[in-house]
Amino acid sequence: MKIHQLSLFLENKPGRLVEPCRLLSVAGINIRTLSVADTQQFGILRLIVSDWQRAAAILKEAGRVVNVTEVLAVEVPDRPGGLAFVLEQFENSGINIEYMYAFTFGREDKAVLIFRFDKPDEAIGLLQAAGINVVDSVKVYGG
Amino acid sequence: MSVTREAIETRFHPASAPDYLPIPLLQHLQLERLRAMVQRAYEKVEFTRKQMQAGGMTPEDVRGLDDIARLPFTIKTDLRDNYPFGLFASPMQEVVRLHASSGTTGKPIVVAYTQGDVDVWTNSMVRTLAACGLSKGDIVQNAYGYGLFTGGLGLHYGAEGIGATVIPISGGNTDRQIMVMKDFGTTAIVCTPSYFVHLIERAGEMGVDMCELPLRVGVFGAEPWSESMRQHIESRTLLKAYDIYGLSEITGPGVASECACQHGLHIFEDHFYPEIVNPQTGESLPEGEEGELVLTTLSKRAMPILRYRTRDITAFLPGACPCGRTLRRMRRITRRSDDMFIIRGINVFPSQVETALLAVEGTLPHYLIILTRDKGLDQMEVQVEVTPEVFSDKIGALEGLQARLVHALDQVLGIRVEVRLVEPHSIARSEGKAKRVLDRRQA
Repeated sequence: MKIHQLSLFLENKPGRLVEPCRLLSVAGINIRTLSVADTQQFGILRLIVSDWQRAAAILKEAGRVVNVTEVLAVEVPDRPGGLAFVLEQFENSGINIEYMYAFTFGREDKAVLIFRFDKPDEAIGLLQAAGINVVDSVKVYGG
Repeated sequence: MSVTREAIETRFHPASAPDYLPIPLLQHLQLERLRAMVQRAYEKVEFTRKQMQAGGMTPEDVRGLDDIARLPFTIKTDLRDNYPFGLFASPMQEVVRLHASSGTTGKPIVVAYTQGDVDVWTNSMVRTLAACGLSKGDIVQNAYGYGLFTGGLGLHYGAEGIGATVIPISGGNTDRQIMVMKDFGTTAIVCTPSYFVHLIERAGEMGVDMCELPLRVGVFGAEPWSESMRQHIESRTLLKAYDIYGLSEITGPGVASECACQHGLHIFEDHFYPEIVNPQTGESLPEGEEGELVLTTLSKRAMPILRYRTRDITAFLPGACPCGRTLRRMRRITRRSDDMFIIRGINVFPSQVETALLAVEGTLPHYLIILTRDKGLDQMEVQVEVTPEVFSDKIGALEGLQARLVHALDQVLGIRVEVRLVEPHSIARSEGKAKRVLDRRQA
């Protein structure tokens, strides 16, 4: 149920983002989605890519610090209230969302939310009980 | 006197015999050599003669070892001022080798060796490597730079002298170093400690586990390094990391070395006579007190040096060493008087910063201290590289790391300095001596 996200450390300076992206581009690895968390001095680039094992190996070989984290991808209807319904499931649950980001992947009526929970297994149970679709890896990485 | 098991297991090499001389005999030998050296330097080197005359001294005034304190000091600029051959005591026909220091400012310093000097040097390197537990059968990868720098050839001749197999790979080309280490079955690596830290890191990236290699000894020198750095190295590999000491002005590497006890460096004082002086006043300090190391060459022919001010800060260690060597030990050198910088009135040595950084779990000793001045106020920033061990996908975790580093530095230095996390490999790796401080303050 979990999918693999790569995280990279970046200094908050012009030109720092392009380098890892170029490495993946040369290797023919597609970035499905990404988010950047930043502070004044540094940032963390989080990536969902088509082939995470190969991408991680390429970035490590290039001397980058790469962290592989398991995150959850949740499919929601792409309309008002889609995200709110998911978030409501966690109210009073004691499960914390450490961060999240969202993307759409070509299907007009659907969006995908990427979540990092502090208790991912409990979160999966909660989502499934509410009939929310936790997407498997193939679908997110695909193409 | 107890002898550790390890000290006994280290095979004794005949070249190490002088390491165990009874002290009265050693002192007798030292005095004999000192008197002959002073006599010869006085006769052959105009600079030394004039210096001694200015102090009202003649070679006959050296009657006991204590009289060495009455001889004039030699400082680095004296060597530079006499560039290139002004301090030679032998004609060029007898000089078989020249080396030179990297002249970071202005002219380099040139040093000369007769065949006898090269032999003494090789011999003290054999004693160094024997003290570090090397012997015939070891495969020594020499990653010190070959060339004018004394490190490369010094280690090379010493390793051949002990009967080991030498790989004269020289510095640089890190990926090839790791390939050779793996494919040739290197058992001992010799280089600067900072370069070895870089090798460990790069091996990890290349998927080579150093713990699976036959590497068992590291002989590290040419720059000050801390005890925390040793722990860092020894915890990530199976090797024992030994500190060695030397300087071109005196001979090159081979002036002093740790033994199996890894507690202080034995000075090969039958050839290099050590004193500890107050760096401000130049006065000799009582045994055990910390000060500047001063060295006198006792047997050097081509270029005898009287009382060279090394700028290295250390102290003699009291008592006998469990290894049985009678040679005096000095505390390992972690700082140089000219490394020190002053920030907001506080004296800081890079090694203190290193110790603070390594106290925080998972950080690498790749750091750079940048000093700037903003509206008349000194600012110090420490750049620290993010490592796989400390990296997290969560901002909070990295901010926490930053805060722990600031706190650790505050604990050691007593001032709050800025810590900046930087990308891996963004701090330049040195293949030789690491550059730790970038001073951008305008005078």
